[in-house]
Amino acid sequence: MTADPAEPGGAPGPAQVKGTVLTVRRVDAYHAMTVIAPGVAARFRPGQFVAVAVGGPETSMLLRRAFSIHQVRPDHGGTVEFVFAVTGPGTRWLSERRTRDTLDVAGPLGRPFPVPRDPVNALLVGGGYGSAPLFALGDRLRGRGCAVDYLLGAASVDRVFGALTARRSGRSAVIATEDGSLGARGKVTDLLAQVIHEARTDVIYACGPMGMLRTVTALARRYDIPVQALVEESMACGTGVCMTCVLPVVGEDGVTRMTRSCVDGPVFRGDLVRWDDVGTVPFEALGAPGWKPRPQAKPQPQPQPQPPARPQGGGGRQPGRRAAGRGQPGRRRSGPAAGRSGHGR
Amino acid sequence: MAVDLRSRLAHVELPNPILTASGCAGAGRELSQFFDVAKIGAVVTKSVMLAPRSGRPTPRMAETPSGMLNSIGLQGPGIDAFLQRDLPWLLSRGARAVVSIAGGTVDEYAELAARLSDASGVTAVEVNISCPNVEDRGQVFACDPGASAAVIDVVRARVRYDIPVFAKLSPDVTDIVAIAGACVAAGADGLSMINTLLGMAIDTMTLRPALAGVTGGLSGPAIRPVAVRCIWQVHEAFPDVPIIGMGGVRTGLDALELMLAGAATVSVGTAIFHDPSACPRIVRELEEELASRGIERATDVVGLAHDPGPLTGQRRPGGGS
Repeated sequence: MTADPAEPGGAPGPAQVKGTVLTVRRVDAYHAMTVIAPGVAARFRPGQFVAVAVGGPETSMLLRRAFSIHQVRPDHGGTVEFVFAVTGPGTRWLSERRTRDTLDVAGPLGRPFPVPRDPVNALLVGGGYGSAPLFALGDRLRGRGCAVDYLLGAASVDRVFGALTARRSGRSAVIATEDGSLGARGKVTDLLAQVIHEARTDVIYACGPMGMLRTVTALARRYDIPVQALVEESMACGTGVCMTCVLPVVGEDGVTRMTRSCVDGPVFRGDLVRWDDVGTVPFEALGAPGWKPRPQAKPQPQPQPQPPARPQGGGGRQPGRRAAGRGQPGRRRSGPAAGRSGHGR
Repeated sequence: MAVDLRSRLAHVELPNPILTASGCAGAGRELSQFFDVAKIGAVVTKSVMLAPRSGRPTPRMAETPSGMLNSIGLQGPGIDAFLQRDLPWLLSRGARAVVSIAGGTVDEYAELAARLSDASGVTAVEVNISCPNVEDRGQVFACDPGASAAVIDVVRARVRYDIPVFAKLSPDVTDIVAIAGACVAAGADGLSMINTLLGMAIDTMTLRPALAGVTGGLSGPAIRPVAVRCIWQVHEAFPDVPIIGMGGVRTGLDALELMLAGAATVSVGTAIFHDPSACPRIVRELEEELASRGIERATDVVGLAHDPGPLTGQRRPGGGS
């Protein structure tokens, strides 16, 4: 896989533009908004997101709402479309925008999906409107000669985003709804193994609730298939300064760090995210109470019955002891709907 | 009319009075994608501690009316990485760096101060004393005049003589003037105020606290009147002590208000989350507001509201806005 990081200073960074709303349309349970934002559209790569100010100039809602970019088009100098669900006053305000209203948009933000050099079989897995960023990725992958299969799911038919697009553009498209109102009854993770077999999947790209990403990563590990997961942690700024959107991610050096999903993500290698510890600070994470600076040159490994050192690289994910403070896993909202609620309420 | 925006942090001159607030701008790198960090007065860096620190679990943030609560827990890379990576980067961009330091013991502050003294290019040091003192049952330094003074005393003693030291005060105290006085007596060259107010929100869906850390610091326009009051009281008591004012500044007018209360310079914090280019915008807006009032120098408005004499601005009939 080639990672092409959108480093500040390297690839052109994000722009902050006063965009003009072109359309806001209802798509089943969601809204899709298209904004004329030339500077943002020109730099976009699949997986990146926009951070949108809500409530107008005198707003009492200070935090930007982050949304994955669904697609960009060259019309009007460049438009950006994103999909959202109305989950609070900020997204309600957004849903009430009309053509020609202006909107402060910053983007494209974050690291995009890395795409493989070779033509492979790619499976794109989306939960709820988490499928929104996958179609632009599908186009890009097809452009590289990859076969693209889709596996989309949600609670019910009105919450599956882009089923038609998936069926039209994918080599195959499997849909799952929990109430059976579209496609198979069940969750995408129930069908994943079967789809992997049938599609001879080489790589998985996934976006959806944390619980789904965790299960997809665990299943893919069994088949030794790499997963690129797009997480939607709760953000305040989207630009890397507020430090609220962190999750525990294992680095190349085997050290777990509380990593910002806005600048170091939102796309992560699934096997490096410690999904079971999301919402906590693992005891031995960098700077946590159990962290010890590594000596530069270790003379001898100490044969002590201590917790084993973290595995290197694509590290396993020991559950790790929970850090001091309020780190019970039960505190994390993990239902399919709640899992997505952090991102842009 | 051209307005002279040059301002002073104690004896250090800045091109304009608008700074970032600690913890809201990282070390400037992320924001440099949106504006030239050398064009604002200075970048006040996120509080750095001796060792790397992981911070608190998520959720770390909750939006509140015209504000936000945060409970980050001072996540950061530690002083070594800061001096190796962040400070040189800021300086390479031609930005002025005000370095915020935080510690859990007086000795930690002392060591941080010594490390900074060895580094070149530090414009000023802001001492974040709103940290729990691990040697005193977690009592926050900034809530006790003696503990505040003890920290400022060791920092002032170790920071190079030509680098001004600012004590950052918490508004969560009964008498902020007493704390300010203790810091000044201990050698602080200036004061920064205000830090966040302690607050809390409960998620009515989960029926549990909204933040993993339960309580968090309240910031944003919601707290601006508290900032104005604190700056006013401290400037009234110590008119010669320079103040870096902060708390809910979102526009040039807000910055002007804090300066009128007595702030020599103004830091912009939470507004940066809303608008990453808030700082250069506020510089522009402040310049326009000063020009429209016929004021030629930014320094002329510092503490002006305390002056009982004839005002340059007009009083509004009826008071309110």
